[in-house]
Amino acid sequence: MIRVENLSKFYGITVGVRNLNFSVERGEVLGFLGPNGAGKTTTMKILTCYLPPTAGTARICGYDILENPMEVRKRIGYLPEKNPLYMDMRVTEYLEFVSHLKGVPTRRIDEEIGRTIGRCGLEEVPHRTIGKLSKGYQQRIGIAQALIGDPELLILDEPTLGLDPKQIIEIRQLIKNLGTERTVILSSHILPEVSQVCTRIIIINQGELVAVDTPENLRKRLKKASVIHVKLRESTEAHRAGDIVSAVEGIMMVKEAPSEEGTMHIIIEAAPDRDVRNKVAFAIVESGLPLLEIYSEELSLEDIFLQLVMEEEAH
Amino acid sequence: MKKFTAIYGRELKYYFQSVTAYVTMGIFLILSGYFFYSIFRVYNFLSFQAARNAQYAEQLNLIDGVMRPLLSNISIVLLLVLPLLTMRLLAEEKKLGTFELLLTYPVSDAAAIMGKFLAALTTFTIMLLGTLLYPLLLAIFSDPEPGPVFTGYLGLFLMGSSFIAMGTFFSSLTNNQLVAGVTTFGLALFFLIIGWAAPFVGETFSKILSQFSLLKHFDSFSKGVIDTQDITYYVFLTLFFLFLTLKSIESTRWRS
Repeated sequence: MIRVENLSKFYGITVGVRNLNFSVERGEVLGFLGPNGAGKTTTMKILTCYLPPTAGTARICGYDILENPMEVRKRIGYLPEKNPLYMDMRVTEYLEFVSHLKGVPTRRIDEEIGRTIGRCGLEEVPHRTIGKLSKGYQQRIGIAQALIGDPELLILDEPTLGLDPKQIIEIRQLIKNLGTERTVILSSHILPEVSQVCTRIIIINQGELVAVDTPENLRKRLKKASVIHVKLRESTEAHRAGDIVSAVEGIMMVKEAPSEEGTMHIIIEAAPDRDVRNKVAFAIVESGLPLLEIYSEELSLEDIFLQLVMEEEAH
Repeated sequence: MKKFTAIYGRELKYYFQSVTAYVTMGIFLILSGYFFYSIFRVYNFLSFQAARNAQYAEQLNLIDGVMRPLLSNISIVLLLVLPLLTMRLLAEEKKLGTFELLLTYPVSDAAAIMGKFLAALTTFTIMLLGTLLYPLLLAIFSDPEPGPVFTGYLGLFLMGSSFIAMGTFFSSLTNNQLVAGVTTFGLALFFLIIGWAAPFVGETFSKILSQFSLLKHFDSFSKGVIDTQDITYYVFLTLFFLFLTLKSIESTRWRS
């Protein structure tokens, strides 16, 4: 679907992106992750044939972005970061304009607009002026214009930027639904968003590729230890918990963590490939200590991200 | 073609759905109407004087006495008004970011530019047609020669289209509408008065300067002469600036 080869873009001497290589298969939802200024938007602008790369190239649906930009442009729907819209136009009027520009056959335009309005939840506002609608609606209109013409590939740059939490959830759901039938690339600097919506993640930092993998694999790859938290009711007995747990096989380290009044919080680290939860639970219950809670800690994408970016910088 | 029509239609709608077209046209028509009134009153006064002097009366005619000064005054008003019409064409979209989106649609740069240029040209033509009222009034109460009126308007149309092409070009260079408007005005004015230096710069250079002058080429139109040289001049100027616009958009991609 997409094959990016040695893609570089320099703005003067500033690096936009350097030597990117990755590919995306049909039906994937690919998340582009990176701090602000990492090169996410640059990559997307290159893929949409808006910016030419300084070196390297990319092929989309078999067409080269430099040799066949028109063919590429026919196959993509793009939502730029700022979501630029013609504020003076009405929703259907705008979508009709976009349909013409994307070469949707005239007799199919009404059907196409109706379908898109339905998908994006714009049924209540088709005749309103875009400039007078809320940010959430405007974002949907931005996605709607990208969807017009039924492109094989959607490129969405920060699709949830500046929305309120409810709107964010709605837009995410919309993207998830879209992802089931076409290829989507989206960028974000919000990690939970990417991990919820995407099947694969690309992390870039300072214009360079740091990692490409599924969210689960990234987690696994970076897990240095499996961490278990145990909470007990405070009592004189409870202080023995540390020793009891240390005796369990496979435990590498036990430490006490600050906790709320009346409880006791212990953090246990074991080898990354061992699940010791059940042994720990038994050990505590058998010794008659008042167990309140036991859970294992998942490495969040924030941790993964920071770790990868820091490793990268250490090299 | 459909893509071109869509852009053309949107631009035209923009002019006529917002107040832009009406304000610009209104001011243009009020000013040109005032010019017509004043010029006609002077002509009227001269006619009364000529009634006592048969020799003088022979020299007096509506084309030289009313239409030519009127059209040349209108050309100055156009110089002020057309940059206001063209300054937003690309600059506004560049500022809003819609231009970036437009360039990612499967639309050629040329179709986008021509759509915008022709929408401004259409608005200008409608505006110009409004001033046909004045020769019409002359025709009702007297009988001006139709030929020079027609060629005069053809000249104004061609001059206007070259102003609009300049405006489109400057609008493609910046995302600041004011800058686009002012530079268009400056260059158009410069082209209008470039011939002034002709008498003082030596023979060869003088020829070049006067060939570049917008006024010189307009002059023969207003006299009733259609010279291919003059038509070529305006058409070339228009195409040249449209070509520059195309190149400027291509280069925006490479520079940004």
